[in-house]
Order: sequence, then structure tokens, then C-alpha cells
Amino acid sequence: MTTNTAASLIAFGKRHRAALAIGFLLIFPWLMPYEALAVNILVLGLYAVGFNLLFGYTGLLSFGHAAFLGSGAYGCGIALVHFGVPWFASILIGVLVSVFFAAIMGFLAIRTRGIYFAMVTLALSQCVYYLFYQAVNLTGGENGLRGINLSEIGILGFSVNFLNPTTKYYVILAFVAFALWLFSRLLASPFGAVLEAIRENESRARACGYDVARVKFIAFVISGAFCGLAGALKALHLSIVPIETLHYLTSGQVVMMALLGGMNTFFGPFVGAAAFLLLEDVLTTMTSHWQLVLGAVFVIFVLFFPKGIWGSALAWMVRK
Amino acid sequence: MSEIILATRNVGKTFGGFVALKDISIEFERGKLTAIIGPNGAGKSTYFNILSGAFPPTTGQLLFQGRDISALPQHKFANYGIAKSFQITNVFPKLSAFENVRVAVQARKVGLNPWRNRDGYAEVNRRAHELLALVGLEARADRTAQDMAHGEQRALEIAMALAAEPVLLLLDEPTAGMSPEETRVMMDLIQRLSRDRTIILVEHKMKLVMGICERIIVLHHGELLADGTPDEVRTNAEVKRVYLGQGRH
Repeated sequence: MTTNTAASLIAFGKRHRAALAIGFLLIFPWLMPYEALAVNILVLGLYAVGFNLLFGYTGLLSFGHAAFLGSGAYGCGIALVHFGVPWFASILIGVLVSVFFAAIMGFLAIRTRGIYFAMVTLALSQCVYYLFYQAVNLTGGENGLRGINLSEIGILGFSVNFLNPTTKYYVILAFVAFALWLFSRLLASPFGAVLEAIRENESRARACGYDVARVKFIAFVISGAFCGLAGALKALHLSIVPIETLHYLTSGQVVMMALLGGMNTFFGPFVGAAAFLLLEDVLTTMTSHWQLVLGAVFVIFVLFFPKGIWGSALAWMVRK
Repeated sequence: MSEIILATRNVGKTFGGFVALKDISIEFERGKLTAIIGPNGAGKSTYFNILSGAFPPTTGQLLFQGRDISALPQHKFANYGIAKSFQITNVFPKLSAFENVRVAVQARKVGLNPWRNRDGYAEVNRRAHELLALVGLEARADRTAQDMAHGEQRALEIAMALAAEPVLLLLDEPTAGMSPEETRVMMDLIQRLSRDRTIILVEHKMKLVMGICERIIVLHHGELLADGTPDEVRTNAEVKRVYLGQGRH
């Protein structure tokens, strides 16, 4: 393949990245060993993509994004279980709850940079963890939130069986697809350009006349909203919200996923989430020391393929 | 005398106990190309940073068209029509030359609109290409900034500064680290730009600015030493002693 056709192919792929990603996700469940895993990847893929808005595109490493996945999941679950809110509105409530926490955390965290930013987000997400942990009446505390029983859902007047894994996958995909499309638009917009400018050179962006603190805050909240949506969908998928959703390990996991897949690409974090969950799925059946293998894979990628799986694949295609 | 565009009134700056600038009062006229020179440690960069809003003065005032802007945050300076280029190369390294300028143009014309595609703004794209052409980089539009030569990066920076359509352009050592050839190209560019703009530049090498500037200000140990036309400054005995004398050793 000549460089020219490869380059134009890449350009085409970049322009239609959302459509291509959604197209791939439409056939994705047929490639997976079982549907529940596909739904897991779908949901955590969205979580990683949302996280990457801050990490890959704005250059801010947050160690507290579990707070948004978790508060989105709890927000949605609590609305369904305790208040009998319809499923569709519950998802919206989940997103709003995560936006609320993202606004508070973002407001406090964007004043800091680098390692301090990571530490502040980590500390604040731990506060969110304890808040939900202590509110036992609403959240179930240590036992997690149980009783999200969504068997039949109404979509545009039709009743759909949500217990059928294939149906469930496509219902959730509808939300993820919308989110990916929105995300791609956002990145292609002038706002997206400013995010990259801030990542590249914050003081230069400021000298251009951009209010860097404001842009970072907005990016933080939007990132939180995407992760909150992922959380809400996760709650519907699992029928339970384990307290671990808010745990800092969940925050660390998403950093691994983004790095594994490729933080400087649109679809990389999704690929990273898929690789992470697939490896976990395969390895846990083989050995109880699966985390050791996963850790080794992670280290190998960070050391030798810093662009991640997807980023390296794209770079390889361009070279070829 | 023509209109005063920028002025400092009794401006001083101290860092901890160190006095970097003492009581500087200077008025800059619209349309002129002015150079601020001085030996190392003269306070040039401190003064430049105050003029460009990188930090506020400890004492005194910075007046832009008669308005006190001493306490204005940095990003507002661009809105007022003051643009600067930096002493160290300061671009967006992993973005293309075109995208560097486009983002800078966008700051003024579009802002943060999250709903439209950035390629859809014909006006912004046209202006970005114009500015690249103005600084002689149109052939380099798709090159990643970090892969460009040092002189080209500095020219790119100036294109970015011009994107704000500034009434006042501030340049901090525009030829620092450049080869003689690159320096000549840059000085030509500055002279060309100065025809229809107000430019204040800080320079270490006095010879460079003598030929092209209309007014030269000499700082020494944080104080104003001399202020006048290149000829006046060249013949000033004090300047000869502290500045020109050094070069002959």
C-alpha cells in the first residue's frame, strides 16, 4: 500500500471515527465468547473514553474517576429502586448526579497540576466513596445497592425483554453509540481544539486568550458526565451496584485501560477496556494469579508500546 | 507627539528581597517600533513580563490606552489587543503549523463552540493560511511544529501572536538562539510587520535593533539608563560605559 492511500484511509477513518466505531460495536457481540462480557466491555469502554477526554485530550491525569462511574451507577440505581423512577429517566438522573460530583471535584481540582491534581482527585473520590458507603439506607452500604430488577422495558411504546442478553446489548449500545457520536463531535469542534492546545502548552493557550481554568472545568464536568452515563448503564446491566464501583481501584483500572489501548486516540481507550476485560476473563479461568500476568502485560505496553494497542496499530498502518 | 498606546508609571518589581525593577516610567507611542535593550540582568525580561501581563508589577501602574490594566489576568490581555511572542519557543509542539495558528485565530473569532466542526469555519481557516503566508510558512502548513527548524518555530509563534489582530505586538528576544541567516530573515519580518503595527521588542544584541528601530530604551540594574533614537543612544556616554563597552572586552 502506498503512503498516499494509507494516509487518505487514515484521514477517512478519522473523519468517520464515530460511525466506524459504532459499526464495529454492532457486530461486536458475535465476536465475544458470551454477551455479558460484550456488555461489560461496552460499558467500561465508554467509561475509559470519557476518562480519556481529560487524560488523553486535555492532559490531566485524574485518579478519581471512579467517583463518576460510581455516582452515576448509584444515582440511576437509587432512582429506580427507592423512587420507582422509569428506567430512561433514571439513566438521566445518574448522569446528573455524576455531573454534580464532577462539578464539585472539578472546581477544587483544576487549581492544581500534575501529581497534585492526581492526588486531589484521588482524595475527593475517596470522600465520595465514604459518602455512599455511610448512606446505608439509600445505597446498601457495604452490601451494595441491590434490587435493580429491570426485566421489561418500554421503548417507544414497545415492550422489550431486558433479560435477553442480546437485546440488552443493543439497548445499551444505543446509549453508548449516542455518547460516542457526541464525543467525536466535541473533539472535532473548536472546543476540542482548545483542549488539545491546553494539553500541548497551557501557558501558550492562555496567551492566545483562552480562559484555561474555565475550559479545564468544563472538560472535567463533561468527562464526569460520560463516565456517569457509563455507570448508569453498568447499574442496569448488573442489576446491582457494588460499593467497589466507587473504590479507587476502579479509578486506577481506567488509567490502565486508557494506557493499554492508547491515550492519544479516539477509540484507543475502548480497545484498552476490551483488552483488559478479555485478558481478565481468560486469565481468571487459568490461574488465580491472573493479576500478575495482567500487570506484566501492562508494564510491557507502557515500556515498549507507549502508544498502546490501538495507537501502535494506527502508527503501523501509517508507516506501511 | 502621537497617541500613547502603552505606559508604565513608576513600575517596580521585587522577587522576595531582590529588586528587579525600580521606578520605571515609560510611554510607548502608537505605530512605533521600540526596542528595550540592556545587558544580562538589566531587568529587560522582568519589564517585558509586566508589559505582557505575565505577572503584575509590585508597585506602580501599567496603562493601556489610558486604562489601568496592572491587575488584569493574563488571558484578558489578548482580548485588549496585546499579543506577545516568547523568549523561549512557545508553540503547541504536537499540532501542525496550521493547527497552531488556527487555534490562535479561533480564540478571537469563534471561542469555544462545542457544536460545530472546527473545519467548518472558512473565515478562520482563510485567516490562518494568510498568517502562515505572511511569516513565510505556507509551505509548512501540515508540518508538526516540533519537527520544524528553530527559526521556523519562532516565525510560527509570531503568526500565532498576530492571530489576535493585535494593536500592540510584544516580542521577547525574537532572534534568541538563531543562526545568522535565520536572524536576518526574522529581522526582515519584524521590519515588514512594523509598517502597520506598534511593536515593542526586547533584545540582547544591540547591533540588531540599531538599524530597524525608531526608539531605543536602555535598562541597567533595573533602572532606566537611556531613552532615545538609535543615534542618541549610540552616543550616550552612560550607555557606552555599561553596555557597549562590554562588547569590546
